[in-house]
Amino acid sequence: MGAAERDALEGIERLRQRPAKFRDARITMAHGAGGKATRTLVEGLLAPLLGIAELSDAASVGELALTTDSYVVRPLRFPGGSIGELAVNGTVNDLAMAGARPLALTLSLILEEGLASSELQAEIEAAARAARAAGVAIVGGDTKVVERGSCDSMYLTTTGLGRRDPRAHLSPNSLQPGDRILVSGTIGDHGTAVMLARGQFELLADVESDTRPLWAAVDALLDVPNLGLRCLRDATRGGVATVLNELAAASGVAIVVRETNVPVRPAVAAACEILGLDAMYMANEGTFIAVVAPDSYAEALAALRPLPGCENAAEIGEVKADPRGMVVVETGFGGRRVMDMLVGDPLPRIC
Amino acid sequence: MRFVDEYRDGALGAALAAEIVATVESGRHYKVMEVCGGHTHTIYKYGIDDLLPENVELVHGPGCPVCVIPMGRVDDAIALSGRPEVILTCFGDMMRVPGGSGTLDDAKAQGADVRMVYSPLDALRIARENQEREVVFFAVGFETTAPSTALTLMRAKAERLINFSVYCNHVTIVPPLRALLDSPDLQLDGFIGPGHVSTIIGVRPFAFIPDEYGKPIVISGFEPLDVLQSVQMLLHQLAEGRAEVENQYRRVVPDDGNERALQVLEEVFELRPHFEWRGLGSISQSALKLAAPYADFDAELRFELPGVPVADPKACQCGEVLKGVIKPWQCKVFGTSCTPERPIGTCMVSSEGACAAYYNYGRLARERAAI
Repeated sequence: MGAAERDALEGIERLRQRPAKFRDARITMAHGAGGKATRTLVEGLLAPLLGIAELSDAASVGELALTTDSYVVRPLRFPGGSIGELAVNGTVNDLAMAGARPLALTLSLILEEGLASSELQAEIEAAARAARAAGVAIVGGDTKVVERGSCDSMYLTTTGLGRRDPRAHLSPNSLQPGDRILVSGTIGDHGTAVMLARGQFELLADVESDTRPLWAAVDALLDVPNLGLRCLRDATRGGVATVLNELAAASGVAIVVRETNVPVRPAVAAACEILGLDAMYMANEGTFIAVVAPDSYAEALAALRPLPGCENAAEIGEVKADPRGMVVVETGFGGRRVMDMLVGDPLPRIC
Repeated sequence: MRFVDEYRDGALGAALAAEIVATVESGRHYKVMEVCGGHTHTIYKYGIDDLLPENVELVHGPGCPVCVIPMGRVDDAIALSGRPEVILTCFGDMMRVPGGSGTLDDAKAQGADVRMVYSPLDALRIARENQEREVVFFAVGFETTAPSTALTLMRAKAERLINFSVYCNHVTIVPPLRALLDSPDLQLDGFIGPGHVSTIIGVRPFAFIPDEYGKPIVISGFEPLDVLQSVQMLLHQLAEGRAEVENQYRRVVPDDGNERALQVLEEVFELRPHFEWRGLGSISQSALKLAAPYADFDAELRFELPGVPVADPKACQCGEVLKGVIKPWQCKVFGTSCTPERPIGTCMVSSEGACAAYYNYGRLARERAAI
């Protein structure tokens, strides 16, 4: 490689490492998709204005952890779950990923004029069931009603309080070369289930959302002595690909993923194949990434696999020193590719 | 997945790769263009570059149908979508292609009714369900997708759907290839031919490439073994001094193409005298418009469009990149004013364009040794 080419590549690299600047004139759907545009919005506008220095799934307040999340899923019910259940699981999982035992939630409702009371009741019952299953109490909330057309049936917001577990020392900056990347179950189930439930594609497949509370799995991992657990991330919007990119960037390391090790249900793989999408970018609601020290991944997998939803837990890759900040996939065909962050919403290709 | 995994077999891939290594002459540099964006996608997805010897270089061609649409045409689509009565429908990857002033995605954020469809027939359904609105299908693509637009138009005509029209941007594959081959500075040894287009037009329209320009072409399928085998077939032709049209994708591509689809194209479309290609300039008889019997469904006639051509910026060197004359990083605007977030030329628009791919993945090539 000549000097001119090296200069060009290094110029790009400098550009990438600059802090994100938010320049868009308007908010588009891409800003909500969890990929690059979301990151630019959060890091370039929201966090600086609010003075938030460190971004993570849940914030530390002394011994406590605090997080909040809004749920705007359509349709309200999909195979394997519904918005009420999602609103509880999503928020307790943000606490769990920060190494905090979920204690209590508040639940705020924005309801559209004309919503059937039976639908509301069904979702509140679902939220209550999910809270019992996750071992948290819903202790308060708020209700607003907006005019027909101002929201899509119902939007939920849950705020979660947890107690930071003294066994957990987790940080996205702590990955070291040699560490192993684990995934707690099959990937892409939730994103695929919701996409197919929208009925836009006239495609039927037996795929259910993986929505479930994850504290039990985290608790099991924290119980393994000397595990060297570096970091946990649930692979929600933007999927596994986005989480791995964030971790590689935060720790200044490379992550190499062995594609053949990544568990994907055949129905999810087939739906993605037909639609031209990639399961690595599909959302999950009960599957997380764990990074552990080199020698202990077998113990970690042994701790996870007996738990419901973690039967397919697998070691999918390894942390390397170079190329810094990149996620590289070793394909089953014998080649390699870079797995970048999602740029906008995953869009199907024409050809 | 049956009928898919068979074509992704790593062991067979390794065996083919070894055969390729045995076929290449050391010291000779091979530049092969894959014409179709679908092949480029396969090459990246499976890391096929890694399996090829260093002196076999794949050059990404102009066959990405959304990237070749010039900015002025995108602007017209955005203008259409801004009319209150219009529902603009298009394929998903068209939503993010920038015109001179933003994308359809941006227009949607500003209130335009832009809807993604998987098939032009979906657009027709939207038209039936919204009789009080004007539904326009933004048609793009080579001969591969043109027949489905044609069938949709035939159905719309039969149903007398008066609120449906097509903004036609269909293009044809042979003229841009000829334009590339005609350029005096072309540095390509052969072509991996477009499999999907060939299912419609057959293999014969490519005969001019060996006959008039002395270059071999192999029509290829889209699985990684297909692409690797096509490279192998091209290298064999080069080693034996042959230049022919060969068909690797026999399981799908008949030599004569799809007669019925060709009839449908003939009935619904006619050639435009000229069409502007992003990055390649104006190419005569390279695009389709609706023929007279379908003029009632032509959005360009039904609506007044700005039709302001937006010239490719002078500094953009997509043409040279496509011809293999320069590398992406040698272009004057690469990585500075032309980036994947704000692309200028066609090669930067799609993530599979030569420049976008190099922007995103160039560093991997440099640091291969480290992994």
